[in-house]
Amino acid sequence: MAGEVKTKLSKNLLRMKFMQRGLDSETKKQLEEEEKKIISEEHWYLDLPELKEKESFIIEERSFMPCEDLLYGRMSFKGFNPEVEKLMIQMNSRYKKEEIEADDTAEADVSDEEMARRYETLVRTIGKKFLKKRDQRVLQGEDENSNMRPSKAKKMFLKPQD
Amino acid sequence: MAAAEAGALPAEQRVGQVVLPGDVLLLPAHPEADGERLWLGPGAALPGRLVCGPGLRSCGAGLLVTKCGLLRHRQAGGAGGGSGGAYWVDSQQKRYVPVKGDHVIGIVTIKAGDIFKVDVGGSEQASLSYLAFEGATKRNRPNVQVGDLIYGQFIVANKDMEPEMVCIDSSGRANGMGVIGHEGLLFKVSLGLIRKLLAPNCEIIQELGQLYPFEIVFGMNGRIWVKAKTIQQTLIVANILEACEHMTAEQRTQAFAKLSER
Repeated sequence: MAGEVKTKLSKNLLRMKFMQRGLDSETKKQLEEEEKKIISEEHWYLDLPELKEKESFIIEERSFMPCEDLLYGRMSFKGFNPEVEKLMIQMNSRYKKEEIEADDTAEADVSDEEMARRYETLVRTIGKKFLKKRDQRVLQGEDENSNMRPSKAKKMFLKPQD
Repeated sequence: MAAAEAGALPAEQRVGQVVLPGDVLLLPAHPEADGERLWLGPGAALPGRLVCGPGLRSCGAGLLVTKCGLLRHRQAGGAGGGSGGAYWVDSQQKRYVPVKGDHVIGIVTIKAGDIFKVDVGGSEQASLSYLAFEGATKRNRPNVQVGDLIYGQFIVANKDMEPEMVCIDSSGRANGMGVIGHEGLLFKVSLGLIRKLLAPNCEIIQELGQLYPFEIVFGMNGRIWVKAKTIQQTLIVANILEACEHMTAEQRTQAFAKLSER
């Protein structure tokens, strides 16, 4: 009796979202196919061969700038307008990159030796940071031992004299 | 068209020669290997791309010439010129046609509410928004008067449409664009001369720069603005630039020698 009741449910009702949880796979498939049929019947399509988009390897360019590698249009000479001269270097830098790189090697701000010295001290200070307090004290002690033990008087409160 | 097709020559053979509108340049057939290379990835898709520059239009498998002049070619590997080389026509013309991205000198003709109209020498005046200046806001308007000279860049330049200029780059900085100073001299030369002068390692400019201090602005629309310390010096620079278009290198060195004697 119960089975008969189930079959009597209308298709529209079965298509609803909340009804689909209880459906078995076969009826689900059936419903989907029917839906597809409805959609494909409603859809129009042009009876034409498929258009193939050709991969174009030609780029059209209307500007001379990229073709001829033209320079930036503002120029200043012999310090007439320092702002523009700075700008010229900046805007035309892509053509003169190699020269600039060569300059860099010629006049470095910090010499290699100085760099090494600074880096050494940097490594020490940063290394200290990651040591435990006790280890730090040991390190300090070693330093002080090597430095002929400069007055090891502990800092303490000094009572002011009246 | 059929006659033009019959007379079509490979593009390589015509480099450096005069081409006329209607000529068809044939490109070397694209080998299949390139097609395969396209699939390797976005980085590999770019090699083999050919740039067809001003004066050329792609038509079918070849290039159709639309301007008369000398055919130029550049091999692949240049900055921004496409990696498959580039062809373009080096033509002599005086009428400027706005091109997106070109830097030009314009003259403000109308101040109309939110926009300025700028004469750039094209068929139509370009529009320039008052917000398209460095540091401009709705409250803080740029100080631009009618008659001012503007050095700007085209951001919209289509056929049949009003071109639009801006005086800032994509990151909002002026980079030298904006109103050019109120003194100085503006004059017009042919578009070919501008390109000649702006070419990297241009001898004329290098020699001029050693004479005396001066400032110069080149617009791709054929306008040049010069300013030096005195009016006489300004005029000398202007006259040299106008005269040197058709001078040989020897004539130019003679002229410069004369100048430096003074």
